[in-house]
Amino acid sequence: MSDWRPGATLAQLRQRAALLATIRDFFAARGVLEVETPLLCSRGITDPAIEPLVVREGQSLAAAPRYLQTSPEYAMKRLLAAGSGPIYQICKAFRDGEAGHRHNPEFTLLEWYRPGMDHHGLMAEVAALVCSCLGARPWQAFSYREAFQRSLQLDPFTAEIAELQRAARQLTDPGTLTGGRDLWLDLLLTHGVEPWLAGQGLCFLYDYPASQAALSRLAQRDGHRVGERFELYIDGVEVANGYHELADAAEQRARFEADNRQREARGQSPRPLDEALLAALAHGLPAASGVALGLDRLLMLASGETDIRRLLAFSWERS
Amino acid sequence: MIAGKFFSSVIPVMANFSTNEFRPGLKVMLDGDPCSILENEFVKPGKGQAFNRVRMRNLKTGRVWERTFKSGESLEGADVMDRTMEYLYTDGEFWYFMEPDTFEQHQADAKAVGDSYLWLKEQDSCEVTLYNGSPLSVAPANFVELEIVETDPGLKGDTAQGGSKPAKLSTGAVVKVPLFVTTGEVVRVDTRTGEYQNRVSK
Repeated sequence: MSDWRPGATLAQLRQRAALLATIRDFFAARGVLEVETPLLCSRGITDPAIEPLVVREGQSLAAAPRYLQTSPEYAMKRLLAAGSGPIYQICKAFRDGEAGHRHNPEFTLLEWYRPGMDHHGLMAEVAALVCSCLGARPWQAFSYREAFQRSLQLDPFTAEIAELQRAARQLTDPGTLTGGRDLWLDLLLTHGVEPWLAGQGLCFLYDYPASQAALSRLAQRDGHRVGERFELYIDGVEVANGYHELADAAEQRARFEADNRQREARGQSPRPLDEALLAALAHGLPAASGVALGLDRLLMLASGETDIRRLLAFSWERS
Repeated sequence: MIAGKFFSSVIPVMANFSTNEFRPGLKVMLDGDPCSILENEFVKPGKGQAFNRVRMRNLKTGRVWERTFKSGESLEGADVMDRTMEYLYTDGEFWYFMEPDTFEQHQADAKAVGDSYLWLKEQDSCEVTLYNGSPLSVAPANFVELEIVETDPGLKGDTAQGGSKPAKLSTGAVVKVPLFVTTGEVVRVDTRTGEYQNRVSK
């Protein structure tokens, strides 16, 4: 007989509902507007490391496929450019091939944008939100560079690739892995820095290498170009990713095109650019910071559950 | 794949498995050796490259270690099968096993048998792992019953507790048994730990 029962307990379902209520109260008190944007989008994203699920059948589709959103970022930026002011959204997002103890291909995101804040201002607000959900606790922020120096005793901005590879081999058997500097930095981050962060409680990493800026603004720090990006870690679990948002349409187009070149080099098909987003940026995006926070992960931390599949009413396998 | 194309009647074409299909127990080829997946953890640094940290066992050497793959990489499946077989006998060089349904016999060398020979009694069932049709390893049943061929004389009245002594079994294995157990008796042993469990009445 088919296993029809939910994977989560009733207590966990109640805890999720309470968490959602807390979050809505938090934003209502701060005058942040709740919005909704489409789940099925006519444009996917160019990020080579994120694969969307694509819907190809149905009368409404006409000739073009639609992409299940990997995050509501582009649509929310169009609202910001149209003068929405501060906004937040709680929605489902989808990422193909991401499944594990902390990943489900379909998951719940809390995403919000704060005009007038830089990434440090937003980190403080993220910490306040997390404390209102999990209870008050201290928090700290480390630059990406400082975290690598303290956990692995190497400088991610100046170390030679060979040094990064040597450090990686201390942590795992990398076999035949090949890739540039960012691949080795990503491996050191997941295998070496994150275990160190597990002992740091509620903390942020910020100011990533410029090559990993994604959609964040670039800045100079101590002679190195950084992306004004941050990630939130709670007891070593990555929970949120934020940007001091890039607002320059030409620079954004150049990054999309660079992503597509990287996709082609890896044998992935290039993606059509989201011209509506680029037009919104050209019209003018207010200086803002934004963050996407994995609500299922936050609920895992709130409930002590270590496997996302036992926290979702129906995980991917049961849906 | 070329081998599969021209010799498909001899060599089965094994499927490829992507990292998101790696499950505990899956057998794959890595660097020319058959390996068993023990654990598979998906990790991703927020943005950026996703990896799978995979604990695996090399089925030839027994080595267990963690290898990191880019998510989405794939490995060829290994033609490895676990079969329950009956142990027949050894001629000193090879150990012979038989599949109970087909009566097909397989000979395993000392490398495949390893330390398992210490627990193999004729006509007992055991697990034989076949790689490309030949025995790669042999695992005895978790519990086996073997006769004691040599141990110090039993102590009368000492049936309760306290003390143990070495006893040599018919296969050559030496296990610790309670003092009251005597030569000629059959004992039950946990092959995973080599520990005596109890006497077996004949």
